[in-house]
Amino acid sequence: MLEQHEIALSVKNLNVYYGGFHALDNISLEIPARQITAIIGPSGCGKSTFLRCFNRMNDLVPTARVEGTALFYGQNIYDPKINPVEVRRHIGMVFQKPNPFPKSIYENVAYGARINGYKGDMDELVERSLRAAALWDEVKDNLKKSALALSGGQQQRLCIARAIAVEPQVILMDEPASALDPIATLKIEELMQELKKFYTIVIVTHNMQQAARVSDYTAMMMLSKEGSRAGTVIEFGPTSQIFTKPKDKRTEDYVTGRFG
Amino acid sequence: MQESKLVTDVVFLRARADHDRREGIIRAVLLLFSIVSVFTTLGIIAVLLQETILFFQEVSIVEFFTDTVWTPLFASKKFGVLPLVNGTLLVAAGAMLIALPLGLLAAIYLSEYASDRARKILKPMLEILAGVPTVVYGYFALTFITPLLQKIWSETQAFNALSASIVMGFMILPLVASLSEDAMSAVPQSLRQAAYALGATRLEVTLRTVLPAALSGISAAFILAVSRAIGETMIVAIAAGQQPKLTLNPLQSIETMTAYIVQVSLGDTPQQSIAYKTIFAVGMLLFTMTLTMNLISNWLTRRYREVYE
Ligand SMILES: Nc1ncnc2c1ncn2[C@@H]1O[C@H](COP(=O)(O)OP(=O)(O)O)[C@@H](O)[C@H]1O
Ligand SMILES: [Mg+2]
Repeated sequence: MLEQHEIALSVKNLNVYYGGFHALDNISLEIPARQITAIIGPSGCGKSTFLRCFNRMNDLVPTARVEGTALFYGQNIYDPKINPVEVRRHIGMVFQKPNPFPKSIYENVAYGARINGYKGDMDELVERSLRAAALWDEVKDNLKKSALALSGGQQQRLCIARAIAVEPQVILMDEPASALDPIATLKIEELMQELKKFYTIVIVTHNMQQAARVSDYTAMMMLSKEGSRAGTVIEFGPTSQIFTKPKDKRTEDYVTGRFG
Repeated sequence: MQESKLVTDVVFLRARADHDRREGIIRAVLLLFSIVSVFTTLGIIAVLLQETILFFQEVSIVEFFTDTVWTPLFASKKFGVLPLVNGTLLVAAGAMLIALPLGLLAAIYLSEYASDRARKILKPMLEILAGVPTVVYGYFALTFITPLLQKIWSETQAFNALSASIVMGFMILPLVASLSEDAMSAVPQSLRQAAYALGATRLEVTLRTVLPAALSGISAAFILAVSRAIGETMIVAIAAGQQPKLTLNPLQSIETMTAYIVQVSLGDTPQQSIAYKTIFAVGMLLFTMTLTMNLISNWLTRRYREVYE
């Protein structure tokens, strides 16, 4: 199904537990490089949990336990020898609510580069990252201004610029537009089309039109069985196929709005 | 049917009126208490101010702030407050050298490193430490710390600034730790997540994200701590001595503003004498210093609340 693309991320028999609660049930999936993969599904089915497996953000939840393998270009992200900090430098993340630091626009973008000991020209990196996030023209005269003074949509693009500045290969986005108005949302979606030339993008969205508009591949998540609260991927494939001729009846019900 | 409904309505109305009246009384009582406490404070300030003005009609304000000798209780009276201010600041500075770094480290540990369990055990312990009566600290300084210091530096005097500084530092440490921890915990989790997602280590998240974001709250805690150190009375009255002296040597006996006020209040100085009136001038100066710091601290605290709410 994905032969034509290089695989950036792949998970196999992935299970996640929060304490005794089984949150993700045996997911196996391959995510193609430099494509946009959408994760859709009803709320609470584990989309964010799944996304956080890729950059080991679940490590920060003391009760969370991840089993199975997750490979990044063939290398196991959960290998005990791998430093999670290193993983996050290659796999960036943009969150549901814009969360810029209470610092200047410039310092926000430079943050990741500074902690990673970036040796190059910082001004150039900041400009390049802001341009890549389609924010440069709006802020180029106010780089010293507080990031908190920007609008929500600008803040979210700043967060994307901040992620890009670390020069990752993958950008994970957890409902990046859910707190934004339609125009700001459209800007983010256009931006994603630009970014996918260089980055592998995985986006969680509860908005099916958005998934249909922006993504190349779609993973449909649901609670795995009646009565269980563990989520799993019930169907994965090219977005056009998921939306026009889904194989699973539950996917069809969901994408046509009869469910969830 | 109709009848009975009307009756219940009336009952409800009466209950409501009763309720309102009770609320009204509670409100009035509480208001009365607030007014009493506000007026008590204002009254104290008024007395302090009046006595201070009377004092400065007899003693030059220039002498008060520039003379370097403080001997109001002796035959040859000098009214230079600087030795008392010096004593106060010397002890406070020493206490801050202990309380600020250790308090901040404790706060960093509690807020960023401790497990929920450890935090739940340690924070109440800190607060208990803050509840130990200061007289206990004072005697601890005099009977335990000073002999220890004398073993290290034989020239240490029986009453000295250092022993008071050390125990005061540990007395104030919980305040610094607790308030700084509050400020750091108030930094939204989303900022920590943002930093981690950019590949920051826990130390980098703490130093580059949490501390800067909590800076005004931490500064507020620091200033409040200084204010507490300056106003602290019991420890210095017991352990630091009664010799107003312009010195930076912490092993010597000194006298702080608070200890001086205690000395005169408890002594046999006649109430109408100018010597007695000095305590109002010193008290006013002390009050102005701590009030200023509390106001700055308050302002800083409000500022960091504004950023995140
Ligand atoms: N930190 C956590 N601790 C315990 N349970 C959690 C935690 N985060 C999420 N969960 C639970 O895991 C399930 C999946 O949550 P989440 O991944 O946020 O779903 P989604 O993003 O699809 O709405 C939910 O039942 C949620 O309550
Ligand atoms: Mg979610």
